[in-house]
Amino acid sequence: MTFSAKPLAALALPALLATAPLDAQEIWVTNEKDDTISVIDIATLEVVRTIATGERPRGITFSKDFSRVYVCASDSDTVQVLDAATGEILHELPSGEDPEQFVLHPDGRHLYIANEDDAVTTVVDTETRKVVAQINVGIEPEGMAVSPDGRIAITTSETTNMAHWIDTETQQLFANTLVDARPRHAEFTAGGSALWVSSEIGGTITVFDTATQTETGKIAFAVKGVHPDRVQPVGFAFTEDEKTAFVALGPSNHVAVVNAETLEVEDYILVGRRVWHMAFSPDKSLLFTTNGVSGDVTVIDTAKRQALKSIKVGRFPWGAALRP
Amino acid sequence: MRFLITLLMALCPAALAAAGLEVPVIYLKQQEQQPPTLSNLDPQPADLGETGARLGLADNRTTGSFLGHSYSLETVAVPPGGDFAAAARAALSRSALLILDAPKPALLAAAALPEAEEALLFNTASPDTGLRSGDCRRNLLHTLPSDLMRSDALMQFALTKRWTGLALISGSHPQDQAFAAALRQSAAKFGLEIAAEQTWDYGADMRRNAAQEVPLLSQGLGRHDLLLVADELQDFARYLPYNTWLPRPVAGSEGLVPTAWAPVVEQWGAAQLQSRFHDLAGRKMLARDYAAWAAVRSIGEAVTRTGSADADVLRQYLLSDAFELAGFKGRPLSYRSWNGQLRQPIPLATPRALAAQAPLPGFLHQHSELDTLGLDEPESRCGAFQ
Repeated sequence: MTFSAKPLAALALPALLATAPLDAQEIWVTNEKDDTISVIDIATLEVVRTIATGERPRGITFSKDFSRVYVCASDSDTVQVLDAATGEILHELPSGEDPEQFVLHPDGRHLYIANEDDAVTTVVDTETRKVVAQINVGIEPEGMAVSPDGRIAITTSETTNMAHWIDTETQQLFANTLVDARPRHAEFTAGGSALWVSSEIGGTITVFDTATQTETGKIAFAVKGVHPDRVQPVGFAFTEDEKTAFVALGPSNHVAVVNAETLEVEDYILVGRRVWHMAFSPDKSLLFTTNGVSGDVTVIDTAKRQALKSIKVGRFPWGAALRP
Repeated sequence: MRFLITLLMALCPAALAAAGLEVPVIYLKQQEQQPPTLSNLDPQPADLGETGARLGLADNRTTGSFLGHSYSLETVAVPPGGDFAAAARAALSRSALLILDAPKPALLAAAALPEAEEALLFNTASPDTGLRSGDCRRNLLHTLPSDLMRSDALMQFALTKRWTGLALISGSHPQDQAFAAALRQSAAKFGLEIAAEQTWDYGADMRRNAAQEVPLLSQGLGRHDLLLVADELQDFARYLPYNTWLPRPVAGSEGLVPTAWAPVVEQWGAAQLQSRFHDLAGRKMLARDYAAWAAVRSIGEAVTRTGSADADVLRQYLLSDAFELAGFKGRPLSYRSWNGQLRQPIPLATPRALAAQAPLPGFLHQHSELDTLGLDEPESRCGAFQ
């Protein structure tokens, strides 16, 4: 894109707003209190588009082929399906009440959705647009994960303080494991042999052995100058080799860098206020964190472990997803 | 599924023991005749507190369903002038876990019963600071903040804003006087001065005369930055804002209110708690609802983590460093080991929004900033927890 956009803007604004350049790599950020998505161009680190969504957009994920994006419009009680090229809302999926966060099964077809107000996990078939199953879980389900082989789905419940283990063949719970207070996020790692669950109020990440669902380790955090009560792990993500994890620590305004093998915290990176979720650039050299209270996204150089830039987005940015 | 359960029972006797754990809780309420107030706009809900306990029960039951723990809640109401201690004795024969929605004398009578010695009682209704000090009882924990926690929260706010000149209008009910005393104590603690005071003893009907009466009353208070009001029964204070002689913000029982909970608290996941409560009660969640919810959830959390329903085991766990309650106020809640008070942030709420939440930035403490609110260990004269 070598032409200057400015002179054209007056004439062709709708078209420019609506369509993304084909070769651009982007981070899509849901703005919980603006009912929009801010699209950040990874090359320029600028917001290039703002897309309207339903009410209170939170969880966001792309289809496997990146042609579509799914968005939890929590207060609209629906999951919206958008055309990833145009940002146009194509249709909605029945999601159950108050969908907050979800995960796409490796089959590319089934969404596992946490219904925060309803103590239910809903499984939706994105092709038939029908609910396949609803599974009763603890109060305020939030974190969602699915194992790489697709056999296990996880829901964490914030008030019940559990990770609920769902057999994706039978759509039934086969284990419920306690974690520290207010579990927020879950991810499988090490080829699916381990599960990590962050506990916001407990201030820890619990590591489970997937085969036995037993706890094998716990990660604690200590940010200099911040009271332990305010160090609250929420979202986290692993580098390509899965040797390092970046953990958002909420109102401590830091991201922790954790050695995923020794479970030791190696670094803390200062970011925006109330850091929440995150997404990597395609080569994982950059990490984009959503900072709810400051309404911005921090770009982290993952090799140097330094914040590079803050990008102003909408009000209360929540989720982030990569469109490569 | 049935096969799975059978298998589990066969393989694991410990799981069998845990399954079938019964946790009965009794909510004991002293009904009181409310004194008349000038306005009937906001009557006290008949189910105040009790519905908070019911929401806590629902939360506990969900967790219990995955662990084989079975929770129940029974409500016993003692009519005005009824024998609270006798009702407490009868309740203690059925459960050692009681939620007490009652004023100080009734709480002390229940706590003094021989049957209560090994029981675990929760005060969810009395803000009396003495109950957290010289009048504390070993078997009585407090989930409602004390008057002093609330007044400390407000004084932190006043000091942060540099509203150092204070005036106070207080009502004549004992509850008003207790809160006024707490405001004076907190003002002294944070180096502020209440330079002038008035007592509300006007018999006039303020709905007709507020515009005429309040300017005269407040004119006598001289110069001040913030007008404090202690009107805990919500009798007259609603007529103060915008009617004062000087244009001054009002805080305390009206205006900017320090409170355990308010319908405007929405951060830290609180919106979810508010909506669950509204679904259950058909009204907004208030401070005493929150205190009752926190008491029942404390029991649930302790049962979940210890696998026991024994009052002594639960008490020890609740008072230990291991206990943490996620109370939708942005940081973990725990009990003060010196007086059994639930340590908690105090929202400073206006009718339409949360203005701030104490502890405010800059008020530091060697252990927990939450202990800048209310009686810290050296200040409490409670010896029963040693």
